Amino acid sequence: MEMRSAEFKERAVFAIHDASLQQALGKARGGFVGKRAQQAAELPEFEQLREEAKNLKNEILTNLDHYLERYEAAVTAAGGQVHWARDAAEAREIILGICKHVEAKSVTKGKSMVSEEIGLNEALIENGMEVVETDLGEYIIQLAHEPPSHIIAPAVHKTKDQVSDLFLAAHGGPRKTEVADLVNEARQVLRDKYFRADVGITGGNYLVAETGSSVIVTNEGNGDLTQTLARVHIVTAGIERVVPTLDDVSLFLRLLARSATGQETETYTTYSTGPRRTGDLDGPQEYHVVLVDNGRSRMLAGRFRDMLRCIRCGACMNHCPVYGSIGGHAYGWVYPGPMGSVLTPLIKGMDNTYDLPNACTLNGRCASVCPVKIPLPDLLRELRHLQHRQELSPPMQRRALSLWRFVATRPKLYHAGEWVATRLLKLLSSNGRIRNLMLASGWTDARDLPAPPGRTFLEQWQDQRGKP
Amino acid sequence: MTTARDAILRSVRIGLKRGALDDNQRAVLDARVPRHTRPAFDEDLVERFIRKFESRAGTVVRVSSRDEVPAAVEAYRAGLKLPARAAIGAALKDLAWPSAWSVSHGPATVDETMAVTAAVAGVAETGSLMLCGGPDSPTTHNFVPDDHVVVLDAGQIVRHFEDAWTVLRARPQGLPRATNFVSGPSRTADVEQTIQLGAHGPRRVHIVLIGG
Repeated sequence: MEMRSAEFKERAVFAIHDASLQQALGKARGGFVGKRAQQAAELPEFEQLREEAKNLKNEILTNLDHYLERYEAAVTAAGGQVHWARDAAEAREIILGICKHVEAKSVTKGKSMVSEEIGLNEALIENGMEVVETDLGEYIIQLAHEPPSHIIAPAVHKTKDQVSDLFLAAHGGPRKTEVADLVNEARQVLRDKYFRADVGITGGNYLVAETGSSVIVTNEGNGDLTQTLARVHIVTAGIERVVPTLDDVSLFLRLLARSATGQETETYTTYSTGPRRTGDLDGPQEYHVVLVDNGRSRMLAGRFRDMLRCIRCGACMNHCPVYGSIGGHAYGWVYPGPMGSVLTPLIKGMDNTYDLPNACTLNGRCASVCPVKIPLPDLLRELRHLQHRQELSPPMQRRALSLWRFVATRPKLYHAGEWVATRLLKLLSSNGRIRNLMLASGWTDARDLPAPPGRTFLEQWQDQRGKP
Repeated sequence: MTTARDAILRSVRIGLKRGALDDNQRAVLDARVPRHTRPAFDEDLVERFIRKFESRAGTVVRVSSRDEVPAAVEAYRAGLKLPARAAIGAALKDLAWPSAWSVSHGPATVDETMAVTAAVAGVAETGSLMLCGGPDSPTTHNFVPDDHVVVLDAGQIVRHFEDAWTVLRARPQGLPRATNFVSGPSRTADVEQTIQLGAHGPRRVHIVLIGG
């Protein structure tokens, strides 16, 4: 999909004034946060598991080449095929090639963020294939011709009313207004699609090096119908998704559902190992895995390796006050919220993503709930450093920061400046508030700034202590 | 010509600031044994399994022997007024199913209404079923019909997920093509976070639990 992160500010303003969006976000916010907190509280080992998951991910990343090679060998031994894609274009080519080779007309898809990342649907549709998203949320936004606004709840920005309208337009009447009827209607429409599909494409939450299995985790069962009923199953996954053994997957599963949806476990966890075997009565005849790099290996080198631990649970965006106010579309690409604000500049480049790392208050809630302890605020700050060094930040801001450094490293000058500033601000105030701060009117447009007391902190300190 | 595979592996190694691992280093990694923390609990395994499974809208009926399974499934079917038909994995072929039923041992088609599957294990930790696909247990049975009945012996209930893998590794046929952990009926919360059962998979999952 086309990246529109450069329009972040305009899109954020638009989102704040979108009444339907605000209604939908309001409903989502409390639910995710509360349920996660309850699940974390009910598992005494939760904090210990976070630490262990962080360490295991680090260990895997340190030996990533080894586990990828082991995984590839195990997939091949199970009769499957592994394909490697350096970037999005290469991944699209590979998948398109497989689909063309098996003369696919109809493609069903389980939810896969990597397929969004590589812009797969557009490529398949351009080549004359019917592409059907089967996760209910993905299906809804496909009907709306919109990208997902959340990595685990893609249609979280839609109200029930909007879904009713979309279904009416797509399926005909009568218009359904109850959630049960809407879900049932989608169920009936999609049943037929699963059985007719030539190719089923799913993501892969984990790739098990020990056995060559790909793992998907769902509540709906759509991913399973997708991969069981199609003639060909294609898995798309980032190279960082490999895990050494089946047992290791359990460690991450104990964190994933609790962090994502606030469930103890999702309804379905499925391990797929190769294609249909002799004697099997169902299952795909071909099994392919497309391993996507797309900037990931580059991230191993420095500070951003931490980001490769991400298990895509969405807890960071569920707890982010900025995401909670503007939703996912404002971020302009596939991955929104804190994890997206780190990933998007790293995958898509620092140009045109300037606002993302800056749309963060560094409040730290994301890091405090991340199941693999990614220091998201630190990484966002690191990206700001990079922007500064690459001179991507506005010249005015860089000059101001240079001036600040000049003053802040000279105590006498700093104190003199402070002396003047506190008195000046006091003069600008009335009744203890400043209503319009000339050089920072963006701040005072929407709220008053409390006025300083007219004397510096050090002056007051000296008064109280008697001596410096 | 450099393949994408070689390029990616090289890029990974550049990122890691080292060359390929040698055989000794690889052997150490291959010999690694996972030692992560498993959630501790004192509760009886069978009781916990049932409590957890029922907490997610699954249902359980207990019988004392395997012979009683067909009658229990028939009672479930009659209670819901389902058609007298079932997709039954060959693993349960030997049971005395009601003669009035139309029984299929093949994969589930779109008009199949009920399937009966033999579980390979139950996991007490979360109340999850482990189902293994194969010639005697088609995977479509687990997802296509509206009603899914699973036969589980109390003795198959293990403590943690890791223990379920131990069970599976001990089977002569090894890891199946599809291993499904099922923790209740299909559900979605994609419309305004309202939980709705029966999204795409079974609307109801019913366990016939033998013994215990």
